[in-house]
Amino acid sequence: MPFIQVDEHLPGIRALLAFSPATAAPMGQLTNLLLRSNEGLTMAERELIATHVSYLNNCFYCHQSHGAIAACYLNGREELVEQVKTDYANAAVSAKLKALLSIAASVQKGGKHVQQQQVDTAKAAGATDKDIHDTVLIAAAFCMFNRYVDGLAATTPEDLSTYPPRAKQVAAHGYGNHVFSEQQPV
Amino acid sequence: MALIDLGNDLPGIRGLMAYSPDTAAPLNELAELLLHSQDNSLSRGERELIATYVSSLNDCFFCAQVHGAMAQHYLQCSMEAIDAVKLDPASAGISPKLQSLLAIAASVQQGGKAVTATQVDNAKQLGATDKEIHDTVLIAAAFCMFNRYVDGLHTWAPQDRQLYIQRASMRAAEGYAASSPHR
Repeated sequence: MPFIQVDEHLPGIRALLAFSPATAAPMGQLTNLLLRSNEGLTMAERELIATHVSYLNNCFYCHQSHGAIAACYLNGREELVEQVKTDYANAAVSAKLKALLSIAASVQKGGKHVQQQQVDTAKAAGATDKDIHDTVLIAAAFCMFNRYVDGLAATTPEDLSTYPPRAKQVAAHGYGNHVFSEQQPV
Repeated sequence: MALIDLGNDLPGIRGLMAYSPDTAAPLNELAELLLHSQDNSLSRGERELIATYVSSLNDCFFCAQVHGAMAQHYLQCSMEAIDAVKLDPASAGISPKLQSLLAIAASVQQGGKAVTATQVDNAKQLGATDKEIHDTVLIAAAFCMFNRYVDGLHTWAPQDRQLYIQRASMRAAEGYAASSPHR
């Protein structure tokens, strides 16, 4: 049960965004900029980074939600998403994305864990400065979102079938206050 | 040296915001709402102290100095007093309610699941409202982002603590969402 009084019909972060719509606005804007862009990294790659970091932070609501959104961009390949969560080194993703996931995993531990060598490896695999910047900021942002959700004990639906319909909503319309203000899809 | 070419030599998050002004805008807006808004039952000093404490736990020198200087400015106290809070909130002469919120912030820094119902109940017993608990968790969480952004790209930080003190009154007056994202 959440630590503060929130709308019990909204799961996870949605309840928190509805509780505090003022702070929800820049968070939605940041998320759209970071995850709804194909400039450099694709939307699928960005969601996979967010999903892996959320998995490392043990935030079930976040890795289920973003994993489902990533699957929308990957023709429904849920098993690929699961493998990126748990064992990306052996997943069928590019060497560049693996190198960036390694950087994201270091950011999850703490900023100082990112090593020059990881950046060199990513660049050798084709990553640009912008790709590296975006990877670090996505990872950092999810270290915020994961703590926000679990730090307030937001409701985490255990019915896995509820995640894909919400994921389709985001894959179609992005991140914005519709996420907590509109009728939830079934 | 920063891990990417930021195209400028500004320190800490300022260099990152000059490099990526699009993402700087919502980051600054969030900081403005959380730390500078007057519409909050927690004082600006208390909120900057939460940010400073978490930044210190995350060992992010730049952020701890920036926000420690802000806390000093608002609380009208010495640098030693801020350092004492970072070291041990329980013996630093701050209110029991703020101590209980700092305990929650310290748990958030470890991970969301480290926050316990007991810590929250304790804060509520000491007078913390739902909004104050929400804001404490979000400030702590946001600084877990800012600290990782600043250190994750190996930005540089001036070592002279006075430089941060000198900037504090300007920042207190202007807030975080002024026209120039990296000023």
